[in-house]
Amino acid sequence: MLPSLLASMPMDNDWISFDVPSLIENFWSATFDGLTFGSIYALVALGYTLVYGVLNLINFAHSEVFIMGCFGVWFTLSALNFGPSAPHLGFWAIVGNLILALVVGMIVSALTAVIVERVAYRPLRRRNAPRLAFLITAIGVSFSIQYLLYLWRGPSPERALTMFHPTPIFDVFGTIIDSQQIVIVVAAVIMMIVIDLFISRSRTGRGIRAVAQDPDTATLMGVNKERIIMTTFIIGGILAGAAALFYTMKIPSGVQYNGGFILGIKAFAAAVLGGIGNVRGALVGGLLLGLIGNYGQILLGNSQWTDVVAFLVLVLVLILRPQGVLGSSLGRSKA
Amino acid sequence: MSTTEGPPLIPGAEAKKISLDRESAGAHRRGGWFNGLGQRWNALPRQKQWFYLIIIVVLAYLLPVVNPPFISTEPGNNWPLACAQMSIYALVAVGLNVVVGYAGLLDLGYVAFFAVGSYTAAMLTSPDSPYVHIPYLWTLPVAMGVAMFFGVMLGIPTLRLRGDYLAIVTLGFGEIVRIMATIIPAMKGQVGFQNVGHPPGTDAAGNAIFLNSNGTPWYWLTLSVIIVVLLLAGNLERSRVGRAWIAIREDEDAAEIMGVPTFKYKVWAFVIGASVGGLSGALFAGQVGFVNNQKFDVVTSVLFLCAVVLGGTGNKVGAILGGALVAYIPLRFTAIAEYKFLIFGVALVLIMIFRPAGLLPARQRLLAYGRAAYNKVTGRKGVGDAGGSRAMSTRVSDEEKGAQT
Repeated sequence: MLPSLLASMPMDNDWISFDVPSLIENFWSATFDGLTFGSIYALVALGYTLVYGVLNLINFAHSEVFIMGCFGVWFTLSALNFGPSAPHLGFWAIVGNLILALVVGMIVSALTAVIVERVAYRPLRRRNAPRLAFLITAIGVSFSIQYLLYLWRGPSPERALTMFHPTPIFDVFGTIIDSQQIVIVVAAVIMMIVIDLFISRSRTGRGIRAVAQDPDTATLMGVNKERIIMTTFIIGGILAGAAALFYTMKIPSGVQYNGGFILGIKAFAAAVLGGIGNVRGALVGGLLLGLIGNYGQILLGNSQWTDVVAFLVLVLVLILRPQGVLGSSLGRSKA
Repeated sequence: MSTTEGPPLIPGAEAKKISLDRESAGAHRRGGWFNGLGQRWNALPRQKQWFYLIIIVVLAYLLPVVNPPFISTEPGNNWPLACAQMSIYALVAVGLNVVVGYAGLLDLGYVAFFAVGSYTAAMLTSPDSPYVHIPYLWTLPVAMGVAMFFGVMLGIPTLRLRGDYLAIVTLGFGEIVRIMATIIPAMKGQVGFQNVGHPPGTDAAGNAIFLNSNGTPWYWLTLSVIIVVLLLAGNLERSRVGRAWIAIREDEDAAEIMGVPTFKYKVWAFVIGASVGGLSGALFAGQVGFVNNQKFDVVTSVLFLCAVVLGGTGNKVGAILGGALVAYIPLRFTAIAEYKFLIFGVALVLIMIFRPAGLLPARQRLLAYGRAAYNKVTGRKGVGDAGGSRAMSTRVSDEEKGAQT
């Protein structure tokens, strides 16, 4: 039966083809775009990494924390009269509006993260529930938030908003880097550095690392574990809110009830790639995944391949180097 | 007491056991009606259990024909078709229960195996596909095999690691299968495959028995498959494999230290679950008669998970109940059908917080087996302790001795 089955297979392999010339031609634009997406992944990945570092738990609801931030940003900008075409405002007026949207996105995301922690994780932690229970409530909360948004806003994406027209700034290797890419990458990298400093220098950061290393001993040493866990969720939420602004900037029509799902998986892949539980790993993993995804998409010639490539990266990393590129965990990072 | 149960043998021990069960039922009032039911069932002698089981099975077969009032679905939802759908969901839940319930592995992309099975059946029987065509019933084992292959491919890289990775990898895989169905031309994306095959057979008038519009024969076919799968799953559960799964679920590190090859058994659980998923997918494809990329989104995976958790993680009867309920509720109460995903999402959280064992909690047989094994090794024989799973009677007799002295 098998030979006849094989014989009847169509021999053309046109579903997958490698378009190398187009990759070489577009290499630099793919690189810069990949870095832009990568910074967004990195910001979301930090949320996964921090919670994983502290609780040893994948926060499946983090994709919904992110998408709630997107809705927060969208509503703020809509209220500020942003529309499909870029607004005629001065430079500082746009900056002010974007910062306002950023703050609202951060607040909405952080609030969502806190609610998720309170509703889904804390009761189970009190009861010392098995790991499976945490994962199941996480997916349940994620699902509930997604369908609340669905019932509220419907299945179609929200109206696209343009925040500003990307203007060319640099010309590198014949490829233009525009202002939007610069804003996203620079802002994301600054935030990551601030968070890294916060974790490694501040008193709260030391508490986070202590709880990540050994929750019981940390409690004995006077660290308020519950408060540290809450802080971790809030930091993750704040970063997800920032990612939400940049995501809405980069993909204006991406604000949709299930828009967080694929991005969440990619961000998690980024966190694993960089080394889950590692703050710098999230940045490295995010940027790498952004690049790999974009190259793969151009090489294979269909934007849907980005998701497949990200997934393959995740599986390959798990096979070859499950501890990720940078490896070490939150608890063991330098004091 | 309720944690150590097996079929009792001697009458005195049995009576003692029932009274102990009553006590424990009283002690766990929160367990409520369903717990009491399970305990009363276990207290019945074997013959009575078989007798009631046969009645239940006959009633289950009669379900689509009788169309009981009040239970029946609301107008607009054909009752036999609803039965067929319930049975397919129940089969899915039984398969997923092997992965989630027995081995404690969270599989969030179960719909992918369901999709693999559906596509296998469709591509091997539909006139729309250019491949070789085989009779429909042969696609059922082929679909199982293909799904098992994907299970191995996915399980081997991820199962060496902690359980969380499996959850997110399967979640991604569920989405990837859908995307692949969209972008690979041979899988025809949204156009899909029409006229998927069905089992042979015609009635007296010469019409085919298995029609897409008639759910009853499909329901009977799926129900028969469920019974076979239940018998096999039940045997596995009581075998060395099943004990290994439970050990892994309870504490993977401890199991590994005790010499259980955890990786091997985790892959087995995952692959067996995948094969049942593929089988139910093939049945689904045949019943609906049309397969395209719109039917296998990840939300369906979460519905499947909800079916297992609702019924009682690790309890195969509970899984059937949960699967049937998840399919039934939106069809019975069309007013809330629109909110079903929200309701089941909230239900997942509430069940895990307030009643983690589900409607029908799984009985923990592990201790019983452990005691039997201990007695065997030490050569100690309790009253009526003739074989493997009779640990209960020894335990009770021990306690009787304790009471006498």
